[in-house]
Amino acid sequence: MKKLLLAASVAAMMTLPAQAADYVIDTQGAHAFVQFKISHLGYSWLYGRFNTFSGDFSYDADKLTDAKIQLTIDTASVDSNHAERDKHLRSGDFLNVSKHPKATFVSTKIVPKAGETFDLHGNLTLNGVTKEVVIAAEKLGEGKDPWGGYRAGFAGTTTLTLKDFAINTDLGPASATVQLDLTVEGIRK
Amino acid sequence: MLKNSSSHYGVVSVVLHWLVAVTVFGLFAAGFWMVDLSYYSEWYRTAPHWHKSTGILLAIVMLLRLLWRWLSPPPQALATHRSWEKKTSAVVQCCLYLGILLLVISGYLISTEDGRPIAVFDWFEVPALGALFTNQADIAGLVHEYVAYSLIALAVLHGMAALKHHYIDKDHTLKRMFGRKP
Repeated sequence: MKKLLLAASVAAMMTLPAQAADYVIDTQGAHAFVQFKISHLGYSWLYGRFNTFSGDFSYDADKLTDAKIQLTIDTASVDSNHAERDKHLRSGDFLNVSKHPKATFVSTKIVPKAGETFDLHGNLTLNGVTKEVVIAAEKLGEGKDPWGGYRAGFAGTTTLTLKDFAINTDLGPASATVQLDLTVEGIRK
Repeated sequence: MLKNSSSHYGVVSVVLHWLVAVTVFGLFAAGFWMVDLSYYSEWYRTAPHWHKSTGILLAIVMLLRLLWRWLSPPPQALATHRSWEKKTSAVVQCCLYLGILLLVISGYLISTEDGRPIAVFDWFEVPALGALFTNQADIAGLVHEYVAYSLIALAVLHGMAALKHHYIDKDHTLKRMFGRKP
């Protein structure tokens, strides 16, 4: 009887929810994207992305508010599929990458919303300016992958005003803000 | 008349020289001005397009010039030129050629990193070789900028030396460059 009880309690402990698991963002397999879009003249969208970044997060479905994420972006990796424009984006007119080679996002607070959505608050440092931003985020899914690992994926979006980050080049009234779209897939460590 | 002799420049060399001189200063002025154009300037797209087009044409003219130099060598230096003057002018002229070559190559490398060809007006396109090294557009851009300033400084020196020959030494050096015979 005692043995049975012990076995049962061990079994129970094993099925207890784990501590918030730590994930590394899968940049190795490029299952994560830091993209942006900005209006061109008010007539269409210009899309770009940052090719080099790294980060990790901790997340537990049962304790969403304890989740944390940090992301470091190599600003020189900006890629809008046009060499001259990218050169211009790296220059002092925009991202000033020689002076500010890294942009970072560090989460501070999570406010759960309906379903799998939540507001991810954090400090974004871009072009040397740190500002609090709120990313409207959504959990996309989690589970085992086919290769013996465990993954969780999220998407988030926020809109930045260029002037807030000391990017003062005038691209016209429709292009004062840029929308940042993040998709991160993490592999549990 | 077309060809150079041992004592004077023929029409072809004279025309090529002044064509390149005007083009180099024009390209420099355009480049200096266009990098600060605002996005809504009507020249924002046209100026770089013309700058690149003219630059490619200049490269072609320089090739013809080198070919012509080989077919019809320039005249000998004037007898009154001192040894240091000959040496210095040879070095400066060599650097001017080299500078133009570097400007053409670096300019080409800025625009073609993404694999897009360079359109020369709407006449023809120069194909791109794509990215040949990392950070290509930025590095080539810096080279382009520094070489451009250096080339203009050297060209000014070259011009001032010509004026010195004309006004101080009162010799035929500058007149010769307009095709005049001694």
